[in-house]
Amino acid sequence: MTDILLYTVLTLCLLGIVAAVVLYFVARKFHVFEDPRIDDVEAMLPLANCGGCGYPGCRGFADALVKADDITPMYCPVGGTDTMNRVASFLGKAAPEKEPQIAEVRCGGTCEKRPRVSMYDGALSCAVESSLYSGETGCNYGCLGKGDCVFVCNFDAIEVDPDTGIPVVDAEKCTACGACVKACPRNIIELRKKGPKNRRVYVSCVNRDKGAVSRKVCTVSCIACGKCAKICPFEAITVENNLAYIDPYKCKLCRKCVPECPTCAIAEVNFPPKKEAPAGGDKAGGGIPVKVREQTAPAATSVTEGIPVGPADGNGDKPAETQA
Amino acid sequence: MLRTFRKGGVHPHDNKISRSAAIQVFPMPETVVVPLSQHIGAPATAQVAKGDKVKTGQLIAAASGFVSANIHSPVSGTVVSVDNVADAGFMRRPAITIKVEGNQWEDGIDTDPTFRRAEKLDPAEIIARISAAGIVGMGGATFPTQVKLSVPPNKKAQYLVINGVECEPYLTADHRVMLEKGEELLEGIRLLARALDAEKSLVGIENNKPDAIGHLTALASGDADIEIVPLKVKYPQGGEKQLIDAVTRRQVPPGGLPLDVGVVVQNVGTAVAVYEAVVKRKPLIERVVTVTGKGISSPANLMVRVGTPVSSLIEYCGGLPESAGKVIGGGPMMGRAMANLDSPVTKGTSGIMVLDGKEATRQKPEACIKCAKCVEVCPMGLEPYLLYKLASRNMFPDMEEYYATDCIECGSCSFTCPAHLPLLDYIRLGKGEIMKIIRARKS
Repeated sequence: MTDILLYTVLTLCLLGIVAAVVLYFVARKFHVFEDPRIDDVEAMLPLANCGGCGYPGCRGFADALVKADDITPMYCPVGGTDTMNRVASFLGKAAPEKEPQIAEVRCGGTCEKRPRVSMYDGALSCAVESSLYSGETGCNYGCLGKGDCVFVCNFDAIEVDPDTGIPVVDAEKCTACGACVKACPRNIIELRKKGPKNRRVYVSCVNRDKGAVSRKVCTVSCIACGKCAKICPFEAITVENNLAYIDPYKCKLCRKCVPECPTCAIAEVNFPPKKEAPAGGDKAGGGIPVKVREQTAPAATSVTEGIPVGPADGNGDKPAETQA
Repeated sequence: MLRTFRKGGVHPHDNKISRSAAIQVFPMPETVVVPLSQHIGAPATAQVAKGDKVKTGQLIAAASGFVSANIHSPVSGTVVSVDNVADAGFMRRPAITIKVEGNQWEDGIDTDPTFRRAEKLDPAEIIARISAAGIVGMGGATFPTQVKLSVPPNKKAQYLVINGVECEPYLTADHRVMLEKGEELLEGIRLLARALDAEKSLVGIENNKPDAIGHLTALASGDADIEIVPLKVKYPQGGEKQLIDAVTRRQVPPGGLPLDVGVVVQNVGTAVAVYEAVVKRKPLIERVVTVTGKGISSPANLMVRVGTPVSSLIEYCGGLPESAGKVIGGGPMMGRAMANLDSPVTKGTSGIMVLDGKEATRQKPEACIKCAKCVEVCPMGLEPYLLYKLASRNMFPDMEEYYATDCIECGSCSFTCPAHLPLLDYIRLGKGEIMKIIRARKS
């Protein structure tokens, strides 16, 4: 009896030893050298695996960082300059210089400013709605408010304001990974320079229709009058395809364009409230049309109820219920 | 035993409430808006400018490519503008607006409604006249007809299949055309068959239209080349591939065209338009539109000039009821809800239907219960639940592997889904994205 036990144990031990020896040599033979720095660099990265850098996850980015000779065009939007500096000094390479960015939703068409003309009851997705028709408002370019950007955000940094129907970006949480930019079917979201003290000036509209048309569907649309471009002392504003655009790298945040805009389509963010002094003063209510949007700004009054909804609205493709 | 297509299909209640309403000529509108893109393919290029005087039937926009169609003025009058105009979904698209003045016709168009046989023409001449008249598929897909008739030299169209199925619930435009324009229809079929050099023409009609079957069978009794084929009622029998399967028992391969199995399909409305274009030299400027729905007080089939605002049609049939929830352009299964009622009737508008509030609202989607009903009813043998899942997760390349591009968008899956999932919405979105991927791959 003890013999059987002994032989069994011995045979298994022998097998184990043989296997270990074989595995040892196989491992030596097929060893893949991996730079140990990749692990270290990976540990420095935020490990959010958001893909904002353009690489498949943080490991892929770390691998690319170690292998590349010049890492200046590579950037981790989540970790920001601090992380990149740390990685660069560890690898002994020049650090990329990039100003921090933030996602900006370029649409001011709140429920108030852009009345709903139809009711959508199709799939809850901006991409689907956009592929079907103009959306609940008559604007062919503006935000649909179904939250495709919210759905893709890995950082919980964007959220549709129920009062305005427009997504709001949380400056603290936004890492400028660009996921929302890609998700938006109407290209409304843009990554812009975060600016000193988070102060930014931008055209909050992407409507490329002629002024008369866009004005009809939304009171705060850019009508491409060109006044902002004329007054800008730094040539930062261009008007193309019936739409003004402020170059964030040329803009010096002087805010001269803001009161100039007849439709208040230019938004300024995080500036202290202006003193009650007529600045330019030639517009009706001179200097008043300043749209200060802060994260803590009081919510606009809800107008979601009582909107005249045409009898023939709705959309969707076809309803599924056709029975008598 | 009546024939039908073999795979899938559903049976919505047919609700053909306007079936006995004879075609009425709709009064001339005050202004018409003629979109430059009323067909599949490249939009036509405008040939007129603001202020020009135009006559009825005059060419106002020319085809701008192989897959494109001419557009003619549906009225006589003055061009008010050539600009972007909001379409049914408020998307702004180029269109010509014409103010109606008088009733002058372009020279050479025969406005006499009496029936005439066509003289002997060679196929190239028939196709040239069809192309000049800007005829497109009038079943709703609006594919330029001359393109379908241009058979490549290595292929042969053995059968011409004529689509008189009208499987969409509510719609009766084709039904009335078959009853009231039988002679013209058969002549159009003969012309199409000659243009294609087809051996036989088969007219598929569902047996919920026994009067049309009887009428056409009697008319075609002397013609051995035309056969009327009664079909069992099943949606979507009017789909090109389904109709070919039902009538000829041939199956078009995935990604293939009907010509691959020696068949060309044309709608009955198209055949009548072909007759008018070839014999009377009349371009496609008007069509029969069914105005229907439970809320409409007098459902009707109207002969309407292209460009007439939809709202005036509804007004003519008793106005929009209080309870209206949605106005749909086309039939209830494949049509699209219209957000803008001032949008015009186009070459592809087969019906305007008003759904009342309760009928119109979609039910709240719930979780998929994996019952596979969508798989069972899909006439193309696809897996709608899977395509839906992939599309909602942006996995478009995977959708292509599961033959999403073969989807004919009939809506049977959404119709049958017990969880009310917006299956077709997502599949259609995915198809659009796949087409983008395919185009990028080609270039």
